[in-house]
Amino acid sequence: MTRLILRRLALLVPTLLGLSVLLFLWVRALPGGPATALLGERATPEAVERINRLYGFDKPLPEQYVTWLGQLLQGNFGVSTRTGRPVLEEFWSRFPATVELSLVALLVAVGVGVPLGYLAARRQGQVVDHAAVVTSLLGVTIPVFFLAFLLKWLFAVQLGWFPSAGRQDPAMVATHPTGFYVLDGILTREWDASWDAFVHLVLPAIALGTIPLAIIARITRASVIDVQHADYVRTARAKGLSGTHVRSRVILHNAMLPVSTTIGLQVGLLLSGAVLTETVFAFPGVGKFLADAVFNLDYAVLQGFILLIAVVYALVNLAVDVSYGVIDPRMRTR
Amino acid sequence: MSAPEVYEVPQAPLDAGEALAEDRRAGEALWRVAARRLARNPAAILGVVIVVAFVLVALLAPVLAPYAPGELPGRGDVRPTSIPGPSPEHPLGLDRYGADVLSQLIWGARASLLIGVLSTMLGLAGGMVVGLLAGAFGGWVDSAAMRLVDLMLAVPSLLLAVSIAAVAGQSPSSIVLAIGVVQVPVFARLLRGSMLAQHGQDYVLAARSLGLSRRTTTMSHVLPNSVSPVIVQATLLLATAVIEAAALSFLGLGGGSPTTAEWGRMLVAAQNELEIAPRLALWPGICISVTALGFTLFGEALREALDPRSRRR
Repeated sequence: MTRLILRRLALLVPTLLGLSVLLFLWVRALPGGPATALLGERATPEAVERINRLYGFDKPLPEQYVTWLGQLLQGNFGVSTRTGRPVLEEFWSRFPATVELSLVALLVAVGVGVPLGYLAARRQGQVVDHAAVVTSLLGVTIPVFFLAFLLKWLFAVQLGWFPSAGRQDPAMVATHPTGFYVLDGILTREWDASWDAFVHLVLPAIALGTIPLAIIARITRASVIDVQHADYVRTARAKGLSGTHVRSRVILHNAMLPVSTTIGLQVGLLLSGAVLTETVFAFPGVGKFLADAVFNLDYAVLQGFILLIAVVYALVNLAVDVSYGVIDPRMRTR
Repeated sequence: MSAPEVYEVPQAPLDAGEALAEDRRAGEALWRVAARRLARNPAAILGVVIVVAFVLVALLAPVLAPYAPGELPGRGDVRPTSIPGPSPEHPLGLDRYGADVLSQLIWGARASLLIGVLSTMLGLAGGMVVGLLAGAFGGWVDSAAMRLVDLMLAVPSLLLAVSIAAVAGQSPSSIVLAIGVVQVPVFARLLRGSMLAQHGQDYVLAARSLGLSRRTTTMSHVLPNSVSPVIVQATLLLATAVIEAAALSFLGLGGGSPTTAEWGRMLVAAQNELEIAPRLALWPGICISVTALGFTLFGEALREALDPRSRRR
């Protein structure tokens, strides 16, 4: 197991190095070059030249790359042209918000998707099944941001059940030791702050969780249908195991293997979707900041955030792969 | 490779051209069977009807749309606190700038479908080239191509598209480029895998033993037998492309003015009017969803029709 983790970590290095080369060249491909990335679009030629000399952008590319990589490794990802704060600091201050949102979204997706898919498979051809098939179809065809709009309009604007924007009521006095607002409220025993943060998460999490929900429901359905006619299920029945035991321990357990793979694959979708969902709900996470950076052509932030997100993405995928070994003993031998 | 069995020597040496024609007929049969199965599948028919309807609307936009794109016939009727709703002249009402929503939607079909189709064609072409090179040559070409693919898949797709569009400038063509490039690794990996699966198949061995060159074997035998999953994926990615185009445009990467007739753009503009005119978000959102639904239904049905495992009926 340790060897697997170490090998996967070692494999990560070339990928991230390659990506850093691409992102390095990406900023150089900008009209105006990296000085534009630092100064913004409206920089004067004199300022651009000064910056070029100051930061060594007139040096050969390989030399520049090594210098830049050295800075990255020391945690220097540059400075946001819009806020003037270091990119890394901007990232870490928003990252917990996105993690919190993604986790709740994943909870919605798994919590609804798995039972829905399971029921559909057990009642194949009946109403539940058709409902599940339609839900999973609509889930992947409705754009995340449109769904976010609909939820916001219906539940926030019309019905007023949930807040329409933000992470917490601005009037709420709360301390944030971890940056995960719901958790913070629990740790500091500020229950109303925790509840308020949770209420703010509901609509964005539903919007963000819909595509993963649709995919998970679908894979669960297919997987359960596949497994319930397997020989070992018949054997289990023939042995006289109770129906409940066969359903929960044999069918569900085996059917969950492909589902757990799928759940792991949703992380990329969640990170992509977060950009859109957070924008609609003015949710101050990594995605919203990234969208703002796109809007303001804040290239330093784009470059840094994409690299950081790729690192997070890779580490999560690694964690998911390792967890398969825990769920499925057959995976451990490889 | 295992030891060859005893081969029956053909009476007359089979002409390579003849073998090709033979193969092509077999290929046609596969697609004909698929077409017949599609025609019996109500979901596929619904998908086709939706897609054809939107394509017709897009093509006939100049005839169907009451107003030109970006034209503001109701400019004087819009107040800061109220935007006129449906009326006989404007069946779907006006938007914030006084443009006719129906006309904008119709012209928007043109923009959105064009972006979707062009970007998928770009992704398909790029992915086929990379996948073909990797699948046909193997060795270091394969390794290099797959490392590139891994690299592109290391970033969540929308973020990759955003970064490409951001560097390419804010315009519809940069959206096409961004979405197309993001699709390249998907197609490349699929085609490569599909080609590798043909490796060592009897018909490939037969083609080689007939003395066909490696290129002919790859291009006329292996490739045609490997493309069906790629084509299915292309149909499904058309749906994604339409949605992602709207998403990029929603993030402000599409360029153009607020009155540009494009669904994603219309949704952005509608965001500010959510309280006074939610219908402005509703229509473009429904159009995007239904178009994506059409492509998805058709793609899924196509996948099923081409899947030998489900080809019993």
